[in-house]
Amino acid sequence: MAFLHATAHASAPAIDNAAKKRSLTPYLLLLPGMVWLIGFFVLPIATLASTSTMTRPEGAAVGTYVQSLRFQNYFDAFNANKDQFFRSFLYAGIATLLALAISYPLAYMIAFKAGKMRSFLLVLVVAPFFTSFLLRTVAWTQILGDEGPVVSFLKALPFFSNDIRLTSTPFAVVSGLTYNFLPFMTLPLYASLERIDPRTLEAAGDLYANGLTTFRRVTVPLSMPGVVAGTLLTFIPAAGDYVNAYLLGNPNTRMIGNVIDSRFFAIVDYPTAAALSFTLMAAILILVTLYIRKSGTDELV
Amino acid sequence: MSNPKVSDSKGDLHLNQLTKRFADFIAVDDLSLTVPRGSFFALLGPSGCGKTTTLRMIAGLEEPTQGMISIGDTDITTAKPYRRPVNTVFQNYALFPHLTIFENIAFGLRRRGVKDVKKDVDNVLELVELGHLAERKPNQLSGGQQQRIAVARAIVNKPEVLLLDEPLGALDLKLRRQMQIELKRIQMEVGITFIHVTHDQEEAMTMADTIAVMNQGKIEQMGSPAELYESPKTAFVANFLGQSNLIKGKVNSRSGANASVNIHGIDIEVPITRMASHGDSVLIGVRPEKLNINANSKNSIGNGTVTDASFVGVSTQYLVKTSWDEELVVFEQNDAGAPDIKVGDTVSLSWEPAHTFALDGDQDLAAGADVDHEAD
Repeated sequence: MAFLHATAHASAPAIDNAAKKRSLTPYLLLLPGMVWLIGFFVLPIATLASTSTMTRPEGAAVGTYVQSLRFQNYFDAFNANKDQFFRSFLYAGIATLLALAISYPLAYMIAFKAGKMRSFLLVLVVAPFFTSFLLRTVAWTQILGDEGPVVSFLKALPFFSNDIRLTSTPFAVVSGLTYNFLPFMTLPLYASLERIDPRTLEAAGDLYANGLTTFRRVTVPLSMPGVVAGTLLTFIPAAGDYVNAYLLGNPNTRMIGNVIDSRFFAIVDYPTAAALSFTLMAAILILVTLYIRKSGTDELV
Repeated sequence: MSNPKVSDSKGDLHLNQLTKRFADFIAVDDLSLTVPRGSFFALLGPSGCGKTTTLRMIAGLEEPTQGMISIGDTDITTAKPYRRPVNTVFQNYALFPHLTIFENIAFGLRRRGVKDVKKDVDNVLELVELGHLAERKPNQLSGGQQQRIAVARAIVNKPEVLLLDEPLGALDLKLRRQMQIELKRIQMEVGITFIHVTHDQEEAMTMADTIAVMNQGKIEQMGSPAELYESPKTAFVANFLGQSNLIKGKVNSRSGANASVNIHGIDIEVPITRMASHGDSVLIGVRPEKLNINANSKNSIGNGTVTDASFVGVSTQYLVKTSWDEELVVFEQNDAGAPDIKVGDTVSLSWEPAHTFALDGDQDLAAGADVDHEAD
């Protein structure tokens, strides 16, 4: 700004005004986003935090809670739902690994081998989003149903007994989770694979690496940003999901999302639900931080 | 070599009737040539002439439709790239962005199971004078540095043949000059066969012992830079390598050491040894710096009018319109200061018969002159 003052002495006040206006511009641009963030994220989080330490006074009506800073709520809630926490992370972890195993070859094929079919295949990956999430999950009860194609096929194989069932099993829940979050894995993987210069792969071959070594030493390391992004985008929502367990599971496959859901809406136990929500959030944050540290891709993400 | 999978064949590189056909065109057409071991060989040609395809076939990145590639007595036509004693310096360097410079260079050594890579890597880093950058990542290096690392990564493997695919194309002019000298020095130090693909005729002439000029999948002419420049055999070579004045003419007679050729009513002499054609219809060629203004050289074509003069420092370049309305290019050295010749002046043109070359007269005068000299 110094040179502005030096060169435009005569109209200094006008320039000052203009400069002031300009310095305000970034804040004005930020305003809508900030208002949104405060109104719909910071305030709700604060309310949730305050709810989590409330208690219900003796004899008060259902749903009436007062602030009593009872942090013991967290331990009580966690201890009562340890199994569901553990199950959530287990199911989400398995679903993430399955999604990675399915998506990597798919994304690789689209990025390197699809040629003119590339855009079409990408549309197919996203196409399921055109119908409702709930509807697609319900459809899995049909696919895995007792009269459905999967069970009939398994029954025809010699190593399964004839009373095999897939609905209302952990298998169904994990399948549903894997299926529903597959695009979140495929798209970031595709994006990072597609960015790899094919000449780097040719260079690896030129430098005595065969196909497998090239994949291990060049393709995989270069696609790590996509692997990290994809696993996070799959694992985080899967860990908090309750729809798949609700529609495809049984009482023994309840995940933490189902507990929070029922605490809020069925039992009207707001403090426990809030404490569980916070615990889930903290657990995911810690896991994600450790994961990013470990995968050593901080600079790549 | 510690790894038996990599062929350890030694000797000259032979391409025998090599052909590469893509769906709708022939990129390389029945190409045969021999590159002597240890030479610096340039494949020179315009975009799309098939030079890069030829290189990729030698590297094993493209499979020939027909023909054979061998090093010494070993046929490597269908060998996988990682089994060939051949390394490539790619056009955009293709360094591994996730590895340090040290690991980039060590990549090939590690793949071949070399135990102690440090000494070799350090040596080659010293050769390219970038030892201090070993722990950096490629994107922290300048273009010229990346280029040298790409060369180092290839030659550390001591290949029989090093392929360079337009390796200087992305560098600015000054750096390119510097790297030309650098590459030449490295080649002399390591003694590996270098095959350098380029569209830049000056680059090819500066660096190579032998140049093969390619056009439309075929080799137009092959020889030392001086040979190609002084005695081009086709109009394409005459125009692509430097500039040429080509004039249509008819042979009157061939007797003794010289032929008499009539160009637009004027008889000139051409040494028989400098005639690439046996027919009567010929193209007479003279390089611009060999045309003399207002001198009395033996082949005189009378007066012309100066239509353009541009001063370029060491020389002044003139366009002179001849009596038959063809514009000839003339370079005059400024060794006695810029000559006092202005646009519109009438000047006489002449040259020595020994500086003439004669080509087959059925060719297009402008062949090779208007092709783009830019990167493909």
